[in-house]
Amino acid sequence: MAITPPPERIWWNLPVARSEIVWIIVAFLWGLVMFSGMVYWHLEGEQNLSNEAYRITPEAYLEKATAMVEQYQVREDAGMPVVHPPPGSDVYLVARLWQWWPIIEFEKGQSYRLHLSSMDWLHGFSLQPVNINLEVHPGYDMVVTITPTDSGEFGVVCNEFCGIGHHQMIGKILVTE
Amino acid sequence: MSTFNHRVCPATGLRIHKSAENLIKANAFVAIVFLAVGGLFGLLVALTRWPGVHILPADWFYLSLTAHGLDVLLVWIIFFEMAVMYFASAVLLNSRLAAPRWAWTAFILMLVGAVITNVAVLQGNSSVMFTSYVPMQAAPNFYLGLILFAVGALIGCFVFFGTLVVARDEKTYEGSIPLVTFGAMVAAIIAVFTIASGAIILVPTWLWSLGLIGNIDSLMYKTIWWAMGHSSQQINVAAHVSIWYLVAAVVLGAKPLSEKVSRGAFLLYIFFLQLASAHHLLVDPGISSEWKIFNTSYAMYLAVLGSMIHGMTVPGSIEAAQRARGFTKGLFGWLRNAPWGNPAFSAMFISLITFGFLGGISGVVMGVEQINLIIHNTIYVPGHFHATVVLGTTLAFMAATYLLVPLIFQRELIMKKMAMWQPYIFGLGVTGISVFMMGAGTLGVPRRHWDISGADSIIKFDFPGAAYLMMGLNGMFAILATLGGIMFVLIIVGSLLFGKKTGDEPLKGLTMETATEYGSMEHPKIPGTLVLVGVFFVTFILYYFVNWKYLAEVWPLR
Amino acid sequence: MANSEDTNTSDPGDERIPTMQKLLDNPFLLLFIGVVMPTVFYIIWGIMEIVTIPIAK
Repeated sequence: MAITPPPERIWWNLPVARSEIVWIIVAFLWGLVMFSGMVYWHLEGEQNLSNEAYRITPEAYLEKATAMVEQYQVREDAGMPVVHPPPGSDVYLVARLWQWWPIIEFEKGQSYRLHLSSMDWLHGFSLQPVNINLEVHPGYDMVVTITPTDSGEFGVVCNEFCGIGHHQMIGKILVTE
Repeated sequence: MSTFNHRVCPATGLRIHKSAENLIKANAFVAIVFLAVGGLFGLLVALTRWPGVHILPADWFYLSLTAHGLDVLLVWIIFFEMAVMYFASAVLLNSRLAAPRWAWTAFILMLVGAVITNVAVLQGNSSVMFTSYVPMQAAPNFYLGLILFAVGALIGCFVFFGTLVVARDEKTYEGSIPLVTFGAMVAAIIAVFTIASGAIILVPTWLWSLGLIGNIDSLMYKTIWWAMGHSSQQINVAAHVSIWYLVAAVVLGAKPLSEKVSRGAFLLYIFFLQLASAHHLLVDPGISSEWKIFNTSYAMYLAVLGSMIHGMTVPGSIEAAQRARGFTKGLFGWLRNAPWGNPAFSAMFISLITFGFLGGISGVVMGVEQINLIIHNTIYVPGHFHATVVLGTTLAFMAATYLLVPLIFQRELIMKKMAMWQPYIFGLGVTGISVFMMGAGTLGVPRRHWDISGADSIIKFDFPGAAYLMMGLNGMFAILATLGGIMFVLIIVGSLLFGKKTGDEPLKGLTMETATEYGSMEHPKIPGTLVLVGVFFVTFILYYFVNWKYLAEVWPLR
Repeated sequence: MANSEDTNTSDPGDERIPTMQKLLDNPFLLLFIGVVMPTVFYIIWGIMEIVTIPIAK
């Protein structure tokens, strides 16, 4: 029994039932399939997280973001600047207690280099209802190249706990046709 | 053989060291107290996340969520694991426990640590969640309590290893240690790594909270913290798989189909299980995909292979035992005639099935590097781990408790009818919690979030109605689960206080229906298990590919 | 519980124990493996990844 020592002195050499061997082989092969799945998606899939990131101070990051906002602001909404950067450009989204700054307007089907960094604590970039979720750290500038394929208004919900105002931290991304 | 202060177990003939017995009782009892406290905090959390009820204000919600995570994920489970380790070493090896004084020191350190951290949380300035990600800062005592708790647990692990050495040197058993002891040893090995990682990160964080260290890098913290945070859940996996084997052996006299295969599967855990800490860093900046893919897949899913093997050998050994006892009718006669009225068995079997189908499959799928993009930090994540840690671990520990009451506490269960129902009610409640949280997570509902309606926010975002519905259902099933939890605590504490003393009478009643071995069959036939495993495998494949399809529909990212 | 089963007669007491069984019977070797594997692949490799993240221009 499982609660007593094995009765045989040498149990390693005892034969194993065929059904067990077959299952072990099947499960092992399935593991290889799943492992190859991730590698394959890097080659053929369209949704892969870039590993491009830089160490940066919050001040330096905010400076870059502010410069971008000054350059590309088109209007204001809910007291927040709305920027419409040209396709292919570097777009800086600032995460801080408790807002995503600024509101960004993308064009559908165009690609942008979206930068994410926090000014204070950890935040979670959760683009809804698309459902893309990224971790945003202070001191690190993460760069993802993103290509919106739907137009409309999207929410950026914070999904990493960031204190008492966490639930108020909702931002906006707009995608125009 | 050595002599020590012991009694002889009337059911098994094993010598039970008095000190070991007292330590098992103390650790198991404190564990259940913290389960009760942490569970009630969990109810408050679920009722707050039920949009129609929304019972707590934001500050109390985050406080309760922090306390819930700490008390059930850490304190309840690790205390109970201490009891399991002492049981699996001293009792099953027929030995004395090495260094009982150290074991009591461990117990006191853990208890003091758990109390200090709980007080820090209840004082209100340490609502930093179980993960306590820097640079958010808790009160210094929050970290200090965790450090004391971890030091205590580490001492407990070494008492376990010491007992293995004592038993071997004093020749209290012959040959290899029993499979259940081996599984407990795997848990202890993972615990050593877990606690060491915890020390590496929590000691500096404590010093930082005292102002002695200037800055702690958030990404570094998160990486090393999860070497502790996730591995501590891997201790649970090893521990509750051992308990599956234990319950099957004690209740049904089942023996492993193959020692080699079962121990080999545990060996895969030792090698690879802890790498999965990487699941928490899949969408973090700057870490290479090579690191992510290798670690998140436990080096090509070799630890998953271990779990899939246990997923066959545990029910397989039960089927073989049942067939040997004459339940040979059809594919599932053995299962229909299993002791479903024995809570130790039913809790164990529900744990096995739900851990595999809900917790296991969802865990592997969300741990795929790219699929994590559509799941990370949504409430899908707690949905998954309530299936692993509550259905898998907690329910297995409940099963073990139903055995410990007669075997170690030497009391008969009271309220046997209620005990019969308890695993089903608790199991159904937590299954609902898991399923509806996972469902809401696929709709993007964030975890650890006081109010998804965005009522206080300048910019609004509306989650779909189905998300609200599922959060409501989650709350309802949480009430059911709480009911099951209260039943458990009442039955166990009631039995310890008022249950009939069993003394040295042979045990009868709910446990130990048969502890006799069946004859040695070379290769017992297990067709029913093969069908179960087949159904599991097909479910796994379908769910895996469905999630790739979901991923393929989101905006392209590079 | 005493072993109620007959020990296999084709298994003389002095036969060499297979290496894998020896490994599985050695808790401290297993402890060593169980600590070194994740320390090397998860922690050390992971920390190297983090410290090599370049500084922004």
